[in-house]
Amino acid sequence: MPVVLATDFLVWLLVLAVASFAWYSRRRAHLAAPWARVFRSRTAVASAVVLACYILVGLLDSLHYRPALPARDAGAPVAYSVEARSLLDLGLAPLRERFEKTYSAPLATRLFQREQVELPDGRTARDFPRLRHGGAHLEAEADWGKDVVLRALAGLAAAFALWSVVLICARRALVRRWPNVPWGAAAAALGAILALAGPAAMLADGFHVLGTNQVGQDVLYQALKSIRTSLVIGTVTTLVLLPLGIMAGIAAGYFRGWVDDVIQYLYTTLNSIPGVLLIAAFVLMLQVFLDNHGDWFPTTAQRADMRLLGLCAILGLTSWTGLARLLRGEALKLSELEYIQAAHAFGVSHARILARHILPNVAHIVIITLVLDFSGLVLAEAVLSYVGVGVDPSTTSFGTMINAARLEMAREPMVWWSLAAAFVFMFALVLAANLFADAVRDGFDPRVRV
Amino acid sequence: MLGYILRRTLYAIPILVGINLLTFALFFLVNTPDDMARLQLGVKRVTPEAIAKWKAERGYDRPLLWNAPAAGTKKFTDTIFFDKSVKLFALDFGRAEDNRDIFNEIRTRMGPSLALAVPVFLVGLMVNITFALGMAFFRATYLDLWGVVLCVAMMSISSLFYIIGGQYLISKLWHLVPISGYEGGVDAAKFLVLPVLIGVIGAFGSSTRFYRTLFLEEMGKDYVRTARAKGLAESVVMFRHVLKNALIPILTGVVVVIPTLFLGSLITESFFGIPGLGSYTIDAIQAQDFAVVRSMVFIGSVLYIVGLLLTDISYTLVDPRVRLA
Repeated sequence: MPVVLATDFLVWLLVLAVASFAWYSRRRAHLAAPWARVFRSRTAVASAVVLACYILVGLLDSLHYRPALPARDAGAPVAYSVEARSLLDLGLAPLRERFEKTYSAPLATRLFQREQVELPDGRTARDFPRLRHGGAHLEAEADWGKDVVLRALAGLAAAFALWSVVLICARRALVRRWPNVPWGAAAAALGAILALAGPAAMLADGFHVLGTNQVGQDVLYQALKSIRTSLVIGTVTTLVLLPLGIMAGIAAGYFRGWVDDVIQYLYTTLNSIPGVLLIAAFVLMLQVFLDNHGDWFPTTAQRADMRLLGLCAILGLTSWTGLARLLRGEALKLSELEYIQAAHAFGVSHARILARHILPNVAHIVIITLVLDFSGLVLAEAVLSYVGVGVDPSTTSFGTMINAARLEMAREPMVWWSLAAAFVFMFALVLAANLFADAVRDGFDPRVRV
Repeated sequence: MLGYILRRTLYAIPILVGINLLTFALFFLVNTPDDMARLQLGVKRVTPEAIAKWKAERGYDRPLLWNAPAAGTKKFTDTIFFDKSVKLFALDFGRAEDNRDIFNEIRTRMGPSLALAVPVFLVGLMVNITFALGMAFFRATYLDLWGVVLCVAMMSISSLFYIIGGQYLISKLWHLVPISGYEGGVDAAKFLVLPVLIGVIGAFGSSTRFYRTLFLEEMGKDYVRTARAKGLAESVVMFRHVLKNALIPILTGVVVVIPTLFLGSLITESFFGIPGLGSYTIDAIQAQDFAVVRSMVFIGSVLYIVGLLLTDISYTLVDPRVRLA
């Protein structure tokens, strides 16, 4: 039975919006030309490929359903589990279901902690017990090295085969159509991703590639699940930020007078409160609200989802001021120009001037701000979760992963794999977003055009 | 100029009032004190008496805005709004959940916060400007290119990782400084070295890259071309002309954060166990101590507004057009 969480709906709404915007700008030179410029940069194309992989994982994780429970007798109506799963969970079912007892290192065959184990001759001793799933297929543990290498090589071979197929298909479909795009960079980025994903997939079949966490959950699975949370925070926030920022900024710059005064007052006031404190105050209140209306949400997943959505709304409410200030300045400048004065003289209505003349001319600022904000929001999530005002503790996110791993810093030897996984996945996402944002800014900013 | 500063100061008053109203609405109107009591007391089946007691202890049992049965000015002063919000202007913050006076707490915790924040600010500013100037000097070479790559990469790492990595490497592996803690006086230095270093490194990427663009923008101006045309050495052009002029936007840009240095750094302080205002705020947020969070929001905003005022003043000092307006 399909379930639509609130954030799922918004994510797909965003996908629809982006797709229709792409369709709209295809035939309009003032929007299509900057994008063409963006995709002429090699770093932009490579980081776009990386981002696309992240988005694919995030979207797969945004299609939820409630699995049917096994029927007790033949005639009974089908009952559904209360737990919502996503398509990604379905694909990663082996990873999700293979729980160990507690920590285990990446690719380990034994647990990280000593336990009482029963020896074959009946005596007990303290030893590292074998894992339930990691390396359970091995006949003898001495085969471990050979098995890992073989699996990694098989994964590489499969990745290479897939890469070649994609390249051959892409050559026919894409390269001829857009010859100016540096496809070599895209191929290299895709190759790098596949070279990592292939062996990981092969090894994940028999081992915990990135180890397990305190409750024995696979860290790779956690990291993949965190991607959706990051993407939701980075993108759904814009649904709140955009309307507020655009309306306030343009109204202030275009109408001036008391409208400008009121809006400037509003954003100076909001801006004066230190960001984290304002967000913390909002989130504390959201927490009180959710706690007192627990009966509104039938499942914990829905409650956690509402908290995530609330966090996005709060981040949007507290960060529209930057965009509004930029747009106000631009609208002030534009409303002085001759063609807008002429439109006034012809008696064109305000609404029409705003829609036809002002809005299209500030579109580049909006796009640049959106892309630049994304990486900041992803980074903010980790910090907020650490402070305790981030996502619900039951939601998997990079912030909650770091937070849980941080407590194990003092352990000797250190449990490093959760941190490392969160670091690598987050670094790749934010770096790709930053590089892409730079290219977008260079492509859209008229000042850079020489 | 005096008139200008006076005007800006007066402009700050309605903003402060707005912040006060906003925090009041956020803390008392979105959720009633009863909701807060239920969350604090923690249990689902909490008795009405317990809630009443909780409210009475904190003075939340009065009407929100208007106390009709009271006499005279008490109608206005004997309300939650007056007691919890208006009194903030007089720096009367009330008591925290542990019954300590918040104002006293803030005063004693400002020292450690400043001891961390001021070195981070000064050292960071110098390091960033130096590197940015170097990159601008070697513009369009591999040195510049890799410098920018390094900046972007460093921007992409969450500040949490800098702290965790630094603590692991320097304190745990090399045992150079204690992992966390704080002592007053000269001993504070050994606890502060690592947090300061991490604070500087954490902010390095974005600031250096930003300053580099400022330098490059300045170098594209006509007077720089004139200076080169009259045969000045590139180093003279850089240090005597570009650096001086580019410092104006850089310095006026950082003036705004100087007062907020008092607030300290939230994350760094709590990771390193420095008893400053940052860790105070984090503890309050995690313990859901609404009175402390409310006070910190107010103080933070006041300091930011002071920063805006200082920025305006610094503009009048460097830009004659503003001074004469």
